[in-house]
Amino acid sequence: MMFYRLLSIVGRQRASPGWQNWSSARNSASAAEAHSMALPTQAQVVICGGGIMGTSVAYHLSKMGWKDIVLLEQGRLAAGSTRFCAGILSTARHLTIEQKMADYSNKLYHQLEQETGIQTGYTRTGSIFLAQTQDRLISLKRINSRLNVIGIPSEIISPKKVAELHHLLNVHDLVGAMHVPEDAVVSSADVALALASAASQNGVQIYDRTSVLHVMVKKGQVTGVETDKGQIECQYFVNCAGQWAYELGLSNEEPVSIPLHACEHFYLLTRPLETPLQSSTPTIVDADGRIYIRNWQGGILSGGFEKNPKPIFTEGKNQLEIQNLQEDWDHFEPLLSSLLRRMPELETLEIMKLVNCPETFTPDMRCIMGESPAVQGYFVLAGMNSAGLSFGGGAGKYLAEWMVHGYPSENVWELDLKRFGALQSSRTFLRHRVMEVMPLMYDLKVPRWDFQTGRQLRTSPLYDRLDAQGARWMEKHGFERPKYFVPPDKDLLALEQSKTFYKPDWFDIVESEVKCCKEAVCVIDMSSFTKFEITSTGDQALEVLQYLFSNDLDVPVGHIVHTGMLNEGGGYENDCSIARLNKRSFFMISPTDQQVHCWAWLKKHMPKDSNLLLEDVTWKYTALNLIGPRAVDVLSELSYAPMTPDHFPSLFCKEMSVGYANGIRVMSMTHTGEPGFMLYIPIEYALHVYNEVMSVGQKYGIRNAGYYALRSLRIEKFFAFWGQDINNLTTPLECGRESRVKLEKGMDFIGRDALLLQKQNGVYKRLTMFILDDHDTDLDLWPWWGEPIYRNGQYVGKTTSSAYSYSLERHVCLGFVHNFSEDTGEEQVVTADFINRGEYEIDIAGYRFQAKAKLYPVASLFTQKRRKDDMELSDLHGK
Amino acid sequence: MCVCPGPRRIGIPVRSSSLPLFSDAMPAPTQLFFPLIRNCELSRIYGTACYCHHKHLCCSSPYVPQSRLRYTPHPAYATFCRPKENWWQYTQGRRYASTPQKFYLTPPQVNSILKANEYSFKVPEFDGKNVSSILGFDSNQLPANAPIEDRRSAATCLQTRGMLLGVFDGHAGCACSQAVSERLFYYIAVSLLPHETLLEIENAVESGRALLPILQWHKHPNDYFSKEASKLYFNSLRTYWQELIDLNTGESTDIDVKEALINAFKRLDNDISLEAQVGDPNSFLNYLVLRVAFSGATACVAHVDGVDLHVANTGDSRAMLGVQEEDGSWSAVTLSNDHNAQNERELERLKLEHPKSEAKSVVKQDRLLGLLMPFRAFGDVKFKWSIDLQKRVIESGPDQLNDNEYTKFIPPNYHTPPYLTAEPEVTYHRLRPQDKFLVLATDGLWETMHRQDVVRIVGEYLTGMHHQQPIAVGGYKVTLGQMHGLLTERRTKMSSVFEDQNAATHLIRHAVGNNEFGTVDHERLSKMLSLPEELARMYRDDITIIVVQFNSHVVGAYQNQE
Repeated sequence: MMFYRLLSIVGRQRASPGWQNWSSARNSASAAEAHSMALPTQAQVVICGGGIMGTSVAYHLSKMGWKDIVLLEQGRLAAGSTRFCAGILSTARHLTIEQKMADYSNKLYHQLEQETGIQTGYTRTGSIFLAQTQDRLISLKRINSRLNVIGIPSEIISPKKVAELHHLLNVHDLVGAMHVPEDAVVSSADVALALASAASQNGVQIYDRTSVLHVMVKKGQVTGVETDKGQIECQYFVNCAGQWAYELGLSNEEPVSIPLHACEHFYLLTRPLETPLQSSTPTIVDADGRIYIRNWQGGILSGGFEKNPKPIFTEGKNQLEIQNLQEDWDHFEPLLSSLLRRMPELETLEIMKLVNCPETFTPDMRCIMGESPAVQGYFVLAGMNSAGLSFGGGAGKYLAEWMVHGYPSENVWELDLKRFGALQSSRTFLRHRVMEVMPLMYDLKVPRWDFQTGRQLRTSPLYDRLDAQGARWMEKHGFERPKYFVPPDKDLLALEQSKTFYKPDWFDIVESEVKCCKEAVCVIDMSSFTKFEITSTGDQALEVLQYLFSNDLDVPVGHIVHTGMLNEGGGYENDCSIARLNKRSFFMISPTDQQVHCWAWLKKHMPKDSNLLLEDVTWKYTALNLIGPRAVDVLSELSYAPMTPDHFPSLFCKEMSVGYANGIRVMSMTHTGEPGFMLYIPIEYALHVYNEVMSVGQKYGIRNAGYYALRSLRIEKFFAFWGQDINNLTTPLECGRESRVKLEKGMDFIGRDALLLQKQNGVYKRLTMFILDDHDTDLDLWPWWGEPIYRNGQYVGKTTSSAYSYSLERHVCLGFVHNFSEDTGEEQVVTADFINRGEYEIDIAGYRFQAKAKLYPVASLFTQKRRKDDMELSDLHGK
Repeated sequence: MCVCPGPRRIGIPVRSSSLPLFSDAMPAPTQLFFPLIRNCELSRIYGTACYCHHKHLCCSSPYVPQSRLRYTPHPAYATFCRPKENWWQYTQGRRYASTPQKFYLTPPQVNSILKANEYSFKVPEFDGKNVSSILGFDSNQLPANAPIEDRRSAATCLQTRGMLLGVFDGHAGCACSQAVSERLFYYIAVSLLPHETLLEIENAVESGRALLPILQWHKHPNDYFSKEASKLYFNSLRTYWQELIDLNTGESTDIDVKEALINAFKRLDNDISLEAQVGDPNSFLNYLVLRVAFSGATACVAHVDGVDLHVANTGDSRAMLGVQEEDGSWSAVTLSNDHNAQNERELERLKLEHPKSEAKSVVKQDRLLGLLMPFRAFGDVKFKWSIDLQKRVIESGPDQLNDNEYTKFIPPNYHTPPYLTAEPEVTYHRLRPQDKFLVLATDGLWETMHRQDVVRIVGEYLTGMHHQQPIAVGGYKVTLGQMHGLLTERRTKMSSVFEDQNAATHLIRHAVGNNEFGTVDHERLSKMLSLPEELARMYRDDITIIVVQFNSHVVGAYQNQE
């Protein structure tokens, strides 16, 4: 049915210029003409995939002035998932970047018909998100707060109002809802055709029935594509192959790992109601009932995300499976029940069909975009988690910017392909993980949620020991990290019951761990950190690193430097600590999820011909963090070496023996601002050293601690973490780290010019610490991240992370303060004065809490014998 | 005198349905026991109960005068048969009299009894190109004897293709069925092996190298193998393959599965007999091989290789094929013939094999020589050896054997042995896509349920599991409400099926708990399962079931290839 509709539109549009390349294929008279058209032998860009993603990238690239573009589609244009898409455009997303993409898409599609003359069926219906529980309402309120501050109208409404907006709805079991009036429905296939048409008019050449076999790569650079109709030389390749993107990525000689997996997805189409539903009837999302409902040709279209998804195409494209893609009514039964509960009057409505269209999901429910870390010029845009229509416009725009300018205009790290590595590429892992991800689409998203599938992939050698001692685990980049340790006499809630927006059940456990860090000593297994070694035969290592890193690395051997890898704009590509092991050898510690990104960045920027040796030694070392005032005693007892600040100053690195084990890299830093040491232990010694530390530590009151304690400690001391608080659009000056930059030393490094300019002109945003004042930890909603910050009633930015400080007995949030002009909304310079003179509020799910803004950490936290070592802290004071 | 009114394999041919205790509708538990115990029938029940637990045959039929076969329990009997406390003590000890309501088992208790022996095997999914025609199998057994005398086996042939599945119904103890369950598949697998493989294995044994594995067993933890006899068994098996090697004339002929099955059955029975005659220096083993030979077992074995299904049957277990007709209904195709008095051809065979003078005595009261219900079996040397041989072996055998009344007892009218054979009847069936599953079960199932019901229940169970008949709207006018009603109904039906994750368990639930309407009556089920061990045997036999599920896609693909 939809397909015929599509044909008719195509038929109407065939007369318009620039179409003959592809639309004529549908017309038998001109089909031969299309097929006889030979592929060009070269192009600047080849895009694979004629769905909404591929056409959107082509559209935006051509708008930005790139003309030499070829788009290849294996079947027909807009005939894959795009054709079957339910056509709901919804801006209510959990991530701000996703909200922005959807908002842009909405605006783009709105004017697309006018721009191209192709009917897209765009209708602004608005959408209503129902809440059956208070927790769901909180979740909606959080989204609502965030939508409003980026200018998308939305409001929380009562069940009564819901009934007024949609007369078929049963509202008796609702506690509230969110109304987003500007959301729309649109025919996604028509949108794709319109985008293709516009791109075609801009010079993009489109070929359907042309399959990409594999991408040709030479020296880590795309050189062309091999298709079933011949070769095309090109500089850039864009993989928009949707659910086939994974297979296509693997087909290269040098495989590109694009972790995504398809699941069957079902929705129902009905005949029109007796009084046909108006085309402006709002779309309903009943997440607690796991369904969405929109009007469709006078009837309804309703689908959902069931608890027991059916993954498909695990072994790749499979004709048998494609043929077996049938209606599975038994599988749809829970969703149908849910629909009839929500709209009881539909009982008598006649079924037209149950559509089964596979949707693609990713391991973390975020889409995948960006350049391959392994192959330059290989870009990807895929894995839309069934929001392809909503993201299509925005995602295409960001990817086009990325290709043209080298980076997108927004920070898209959360969507970057490089957040994954080959380790997420196992078919078994993907199959299991997407079965968890798909139901999660409509599950309640609470803070600190960990995936349960695909776990225990990377573990420290101490995993079993820690697990036996009550460790509860979280996962980062496949690595298991302890969250906290449940004492033997204590029970926690079951997984489902522990979901909360309020005070969590582990509160007391983490409190005792934090207290132990402050008063005695704790050990945290931090083996997941990414660890690189950079060595050279001559002095090249230092030379190259001085250019790549913002801080001065020409320090005496044994010193540790906090530094960053900046981009041309001065933003942090990576935030790391580097220890100088000897004249020619450096040891670099980066966040866990930097493993792929940081490697790619270094590889890209290191001179190709240098004899620099870069090695990933993450797997070689187990890292133990000994935090606390007694760490010094434990270590000196185990090493028979004096560890006092006189002998072992802060930010110092020494290889020494611990227990029987020799060659342990001991570093005087803890990533928290507390005194203590990081031990980098060759893995075969890990168990020995851990056992020794625990047994000697007993008399100093040692205990295990986890990342939640670490988080509380670092946030209360205003330690920003890359990936959470700072990203590639944050400069050192914007987060008070000018002291970590060698601006005054006359040395060139990447990003220097941008920083100098910024230093001259001032910063437009500033990382600030907020201490919540009138917040009741026991009764009030807890901050998480992404909460809007208000200064004197004006929105100025959002929080990036938050934690409860057990010392201050307050919640602490980190976040950026901007200075938007009241008249124009333009960003203005943010000064210390501007920050200090404001009255602040943090909006948690619609409730505003007073907060004190601080540019420096609270001094009272450092009252114990303050060692001059804490460079980490003094950095924050700026100069 | 032991009078066994139950459906014993050896003993009187009285079916449970004729028992006065259980009419169609089961009486309440108090009525079930206490009135009977209080009234004058007490002595009858007691007598029945205390004798019925004997694991071996000592009685013939009720028509035999009591004085002729008096059984005296002997101390040595303890090791032979593990006697239980009699039922009277049992009930007294459990104090059923004071708390009769405790007699009911709750549904979870019922389930734990039913599921205690269940086992499922799924042929691994990622099998690449060698996709098996078998999806997997479910098996289960429910004891009536204590210990159970039934056995089951399942294994994949590793050096040839195909899978072996079998049920074994023991009588006069479990020694023979146990031995057959451990050994038979090796004999079959060896019979199927090509000459080169046999040579390779023999050379490996000779030079002390690691052997090629022949079978991959799929066993429930309760299915044990005898460690002690393993070496003895191996040596017999080796002698067998050595003979196969010697017999090979060099022409590499295709191995005929039917022939291989027959040879394997006969050879194993022969080895069982020989081992008992030769004896073993180890007294434990010596006693074991004698127990194996003097007890008996029937066997029903299926060999599935692609679309080729062979069933080799000896005795009265049965193989039943579940066929789904085009309209979705189920029909049963029997793939084995029972070897008992109900089988005219077997009667004919027996009469032909023995002189005319024995025509009346060879089968009496539907039993072989008036004693044995199955007409073919492993072991049971009492029906195979000459009287001389029997006496010689018993006299030279251990005391336990010598003192045992049963082993010493020579069947009446025993003139021209052997009267019994282990030679199987082999049926071949070429699988078709509509052949969905195969049920192998001991007679404990078939005597309580009609084959048509068995196939229907399994068929509906399996399709329920797989939604094999998906609903399609097609061009029909269906409203959301109608569809919802239909789906809810299907789901309720399915959830009742989902109580069992195992088709064999599901079948046992029906076999034991079915009421007159053909649905499971929990009360009845509970009562049947809570019968004391000693009584259970009167109302049902051991039940052992294997349900093999076929992969219609693969079977269909085979068909299309040709």
